[in-house]
Amino acid sequence: MSAPAIEIASRAEAARAACARVTDPEVPVLTIEDLGILHEVDVDERGRVTVSILPTYSGCPAMGVIALGIETELAKDGFDDVRVELTNTPVWTTDRMSEAAREKLRAYGISPPGRGAGKRALFEASADVACPRCGSKDTERVSEFGSTACKALWRCRACREPFDHFKCV
Amino acid sequence: MQAFSDPRAAWLARLGDATLILGHRLSEWLSRAPTLEEDIAMANLSLDLIGQTRAFYTHACELEGGESDETTLAYRRAEPDYRSPLIVEQPNGNFADTMARHLIFSAYALPLYEKLAGSNDAETAGIATRSSREMAYHLRHAGEWMIRLGDGTAESHDKAQAALDDLWAYVPELFEADDLDRDVAASGFGVDPSTLRENFAAAIGDVLAQATLKKPAERRGQRGGRSGRHSEHLGHVLAQMQFLQRAYPEARW
Repeated sequence: MSAPAIEIASRAEAARAACARVTDPEVPVLTIEDLGILHEVDVDERGRVTVSILPTYSGCPAMGVIALGIETELAKDGFDDVRVELTNTPVWTTDRMSEAAREKLRAYGISPPGRGAGKRALFEASADVACPRCGSKDTERVSEFGSTACKALWRCRACREPFDHFKCV
Repeated sequence: MQAFSDPRAAWLARLGDATLILGHRLSEWLSRAPTLEEDIAMANLSLDLIGQTRAFYTHACELEGGESDETTLAYRRAEPDYRSPLIVEQPNGNFADTMARHLIFSAYALPLYEKLAGSNDAETAGIATRSSREMAYHLRHAGEWMIRLGDGTAESHDKAQAALDDLWAYVPELFEADDLDRDVAASGFGVDPSTLRENFAAAIGDVLAQATLKKPAERRGQRGGRSGRHSEHLGHVLAQMQFLQRAYPEARW
């Protein structure tokens, strides 16, 4: 019994590595692993792969594309029988993003979300948001809603550039 | 469409009915909002609500079992099957009407979702946790607009006050618990809406004070949507929303 168990474990590892190559269609510098969207990858004894992913913002239309990306990447590595499930247990939050992912976002021109999702008081000003281009904290919010469900519109008063800020949820 | 046999499913679907109809109403603003930023904001608010609907409906169908899915619930039911409160089907009116409606709804939905995050059902708790963080954005956005309109010009003040006065008749229905509410609250699955009044009053009071607007007098109120008795408005919403699925059943992208 132990040999197949080890084989299944290494197959699961290979399947997870394939899934981890999938990038977010809206923010292509981040993989779904970086974002904390990729949750569990299991392979059963018949070779069937079950991938669970955590939906981000309720209305994010990227989930369908991400599921398709997972199937495509797994097929490249020989996994043909794939099921992708959405689960809200645990619930996704921006706190699941790694430091490395935050740095990638900044380098891409999107100011990363602050830590401590859901802690902000209702009408309290948001914490300092640094400009991803010049680093200045002399910035202002243009709109809390931007080009996608995950982004708000900001501008920098120092370098005068507009930029996207990843919403903290 | 048969009634739900699982009270948890019936209750979650009712939450989904409210967010679906309000999400559809907000989507009617697209390309018509006063500024580009507001147009984008309205699209985002609408998308959040429709996304929440999908989560509520999908989980309701999982709990219920059987053939129905989110598409059935959204597109293949008639007016009496929808159990949304009357306020969400009210027409958009002018911008102040829409923002007053959204202030009232979000000040009700935020504490509802926050309490539902403690549900004994893990998936429901997860959906509610995420939805509550989104709803905080909704309440802030609607609150900021009501402050700006109320504390703005004489005309914007009058329109904001008139909007609140008109919509206040639909407030009591939001907080009236029926047997279904009491049942799911007692089992630890759901929330009794009558326990949310204080949170609602605090959030509204804060906004209205800053907006220099008066809280309308308590009235007996209009009710019926949560038991399937709707105004004429819902039929018009459904006629537009369900057209494609009715004309081309089983249509897929």
